[in-house]
Amino acid sequence: MGFQRITLTVNDLVETVDVPTNMTLLQMLREKLSLTGTKNGCTAGECGACTVLMNGEPVNSCMVLAAECEGANITTVEGLAKGGQLSKVQQAIIKTGGVQCGFCTPGMLISATALLARNANPSESEIREALVGNLCRCTGYVRIVDAVKEAARM
Amino acid sequence: MINPHPGLPELEYLKPTSLIEASKFLADHAGEARPFSGGTDCFVRLRDGIWKTGTLVDVKQLEGVKDLTFDAKKGLTIGAAVTMNKVASNADVLKHYPNLAEAARSVASYQLRNRATIIGNICNASPAGDTIGTCMILDGVLNVHGVNGFYTVPLSNFFLGPGKTVLKPGDIVVSISFPIPPKGLVGTYKKLGRNTIGDLSIVGVAVLGYPTAETKSGYRFRIALASVAPTPYESFKAEAVLAESKITAEVISEAGVAAMDSVNPIDDVRGSARYRKFMVRNLTREAVAEVWKKISK
Repeated sequence: MGFQRITLTVNDLVETVDVPTNMTLLQMLREKLSLTGTKNGCTAGECGACTVLMNGEPVNSCMVLAAECEGANITTVEGLAKGGQLSKVQQAIIKTGGVQCGFCTPGMLISATALLARNANPSESEIREALVGNLCRCTGYVRIVDAVKEAARM
Repeated sequence: MINPHPGLPELEYLKPTSLIEASKFLADHAGEARPFSGGTDCFVRLRDGIWKTGTLVDVKQLEGVKDLTFDAKKGLTIGAAVTMNKVASNADVLKHYPNLAEAARSVASYQLRNRATIIGNICNASPAGDTIGTCMILDGVLNVHGVNGFYTVPLSNFFLGPGKTVLKPGDIVVSISFPIPPKGLVGTYKKLGRNTIGDLSIVGVAVLGYPTAETKSGYRFRIALASVAPTPYESFKAEAVLAESKITAEVISEAGVAAMDSVNPIDDVRGSARYRKFMVRNLTREAVAEVWKKISK
């Protein structure tokens, strides 16, 4: 099986990585770049724990080949805070108590960040629709939805 | 122990630069290579061991696959690499084919729709494909590139069975074209999942209607059903009911029953055959009534 050398931008840093052709973006982030904030949940595009921004849009990184990412711009949960300052969604989810075990949180933060980028003032149903691909087994979602509303107000 | 997070099996990844090169490679490696765009179905099947594929041939950089164009005379063309989210948010689609935008929006989650494509949904030929019924009743025609060049296939002749289509080794569906919709067209897609949004369909019903002088009722309805037959299925019997007599609440109910009687679904983990049949009746009635309310105003 082959390897490919790809160059991409991850959290504003240019990285050049040799990846096996069957490696997913998720595996590359975790195993090659040690960015373990992005989680591996279902490996089937259902749970959203692996959600990252690819060229500004959220995708399930378990469903993207690393080899496809030549030239791509990736943002993971590690890239949301800027200059030591947590992003609005990160601050809001702490404030509302939207984190319990924390496994879904990185994906939730990415999906919520993408939602607020395309719709600065979403309704509750728009928030719930945008987060439908991010499963949480702890919180019951109420405080996560509250966090997105709070972030929209900040 | 079963690994709950299987990686992808060993495979090669090829990024051809032209359709001719891609078709030739796929034909020369029939059974080992397959075209690949968003991967949302493909990766699941590879991980589950259902597909044994040696090479994934990425089609996303080939000519014509990124097109999403509308022409007031020719209609709409959607390329193979155009994602569901792009279709659902495109101004021309929302204006002229809003039922297609609605069907695209009903698929899975926002992040999955950033990779999933209409053409992928069609080529996977799942009886549950949410966008296929709407594409069928909008008279979609597939533009296919094979080893002997381009040819077209109407969607109504495309499916042979679950996961089976008329495509031959080397064929790549480049795009789907839709004619200008009839004047006054209204459509909707009703989907029953285990959750309100985000799930696969237990039953899906795509309905459209428009006024016409060609039927006794003065209207023509098209009704396509998902997850209730081996292939996406258009219920001509239910359509005939709505063409032949003046449309009333009773006739709409009758059409729902005709739709139910025209299908033979299976029992599976998502629902029993009996339940599916009743849901076909109810959702057809609901969808036709909704369309009727809008076109009869």
